[in-house]
Amino acid sequence: MSQTTHGLGGLKYDPAKRTRPQELNVFLALVVIVAVFEVLGRLLMGDSFLLNTRENVDTFFNEQRLQIIILQVSIVGIIGLGVTQVIISGGIDLSSGSIVGATAMIAMSFAQVAIVNGNPNPKAIFGDWAMDLPVIVPVIVGLACGLFAGLVNGALIAYTRIPPFIATLGMMVTARGLSKWWSKGNPISFPTDGFATIGKGMMPVVIFIVLAVLFHCIMTYTKYGKHCYAIGSNESAARMSGINTDHHKILVYTIAGGLASLAAIVLSSKNLTAQAGMGVMYELDAIAMAVIGGVSLQGGRGSILGTVLGALIFGVIISGFTFLKLDAYYQEMVKGIIIVAAVVLDQWRQKGRARG
Amino acid sequence: MDMDDIILETRGLTKRYGGVHALEDANFILRKGEHVAVVGDNGAGKSTFVRQVTAVEQKSAGQIFFDGREVSFEGPLQAREAGIETVFQTLALADDLDVPSNLFLGREMFKFRFGPFSILDRKAMRERTLEALKTTAVKIPNVDNPIRNMSGGQRQCVSIARTAAFASKLVIMDEPTAALGVQETAQVENIIRGLKERGVPLILISHNLRQVFDLVDRIVVFRRGRIVASLRKDETDGNDIVSYITGVKGGQDSYA
Repeated sequence: MSQTTHGLGGLKYDPAKRTRPQELNVFLALVVIVAVFEVLGRLLMGDSFLLNTRENVDTFFNEQRLQIIILQVSIVGIIGLGVTQVIISGGIDLSSGSIVGATAMIAMSFAQVAIVNGNPNPKAIFGDWAMDLPVIVPVIVGLACGLFAGLVNGALIAYTRIPPFIATLGMMVTARGLSKWWSKGNPISFPTDGFATIGKGMMPVVIFIVLAVLFHCIMTYTKYGKHCYAIGSNESAARMSGINTDHHKILVYTIAGGLASLAAIVLSSKNLTAQAGMGVMYELDAIAMAVIGGVSLQGGRGSILGTVLGALIFGVIISGFTFLKLDAYYQEMVKGIIIVAAVVLDQWRQKGRARG
Repeated sequence: MDMDDIILETRGLTKRYGGVHALEDANFILRKGEHVAVVGDNGAGKSTFVRQVTAVEQKSAGQIFFDGREVSFEGPLQAREAGIETVFQTLALADDLDVPSNLFLGREMFKFRFGPFSILDRKAMRERTLEALKTTAVKIPNVDNPIRNMSGGQRQCVSIARTAAFASKLVIMDEPTAALGVQETAQVENIIRGLKERGVPLILISHNLRQVFDLVDRIVVFRRGRIVASLRKDETDGNDIVSYITGVKGGQDSYA
């Protein structure tokens, strides 16, 4: 007996069957998108998207392209990890892009060198006391900024009961204002060698992968992760079951803020400069990665693995458009369409399940 | 009467919502191991009574004694920690979690404790879930599926199994079979019989008199916010209970 008919409307449902993991669908989407670029590349450009066609290099895949694909999404991907746990627990975080801006400015101010090419640093923010500090100082200052901003987000949401959308929108505007005020709009540059190594070469990818594995484990194997899913799934049930939902939310947003500031440290190190406009729209890209990866905006469903796959889809699309020599404008438009399509698919799945 | 024998007692329990007297002077006694049904028409005060006992709402007046001492729970969590497990009309389940996670929600088992990042002992929770489902005779084919994918009856069974599995001193069920089919209702009734065998006291709110006569020792009738009758099952019958519910019997009715 594999199919049973139950009392409620006699609907058919096979309870023994395990549901297909969402991540598999996202992975298939990734494969399809890569295949489309491969076919288009061979037809239009006479070149392969994925495979190596250069004769002087002895590799099967075009490794340079693969590296670029993951490198260009790894910094936003770090933010995406934090955003994922926020959305799974039923919230939203619009402030991460601005936290990136503010943190980059503040952290970079403590990472400057005193002497540039024999002259005093022309972009110096503080006096001599803040020059040539060990790399740990800007890292800790930066992380503290992000954690504090996240803590404020979480406390506002938990204690004033204002919707996460509004609380983090407030932080988004405030933190952006702060990053502009910090140096009166001037860029902050010339970091120490130590600080510059954080985001050098493929370091952002390494940091992204390590954090992704860490957060995958947290979301899957710990009480914290379980409670994220429980609160996003049914907040009042979670509260009735004895979960302190207020404390949990504060922790969730604090961690999201911390990850945003980490992304800021990596980004400003990679660019060797910090500007007030850094990270604009990153929050939406991060949310989009999560949504494309199958994280439901209704909360309760999704995974870190999904978000990582969503980030890869993002990277493939950007690289694919560059490869096909299409304008960046098309990228933005297609990105927008894909985000909407992902949410529509999620809604359809929801309806399908509600009947099940 | 021996005080040690009483698990729950309310004296003069009263709840008013503004000017509405939802519950008036309810004096209720439940002995250890006893199964009592609370019946009455819609709006008679049954659910209000339960909400005061479980501290989902705060009482307007009166006293509650639980397990030998007067209690004044601040919320449902305290009531649960004291040993009152409740199946509410609205299911308190997280749809996206599997069966073990729901059973152990808020009281997880750990392999390794490290604050919020304590590592869950998923294997142990799964095993204890299967045990709990076995003792309550609930059949769930695959406990690893999120309960969103289950039928209403199965979800209700999970909710009840959770209550029964952790039942320590008192179980309260508010219309547990209201939305269930015949087979699923039978399953829930089996769980209730299991509680009786294990000597766990129960307050069952139900509209189904057949079920009530099948399962409980005593029937308490609510009418217009008051307790109008408390009858042992063998002293009464369906018609008698209906007379109390509708007000034919059981004292003054200003509209009659």
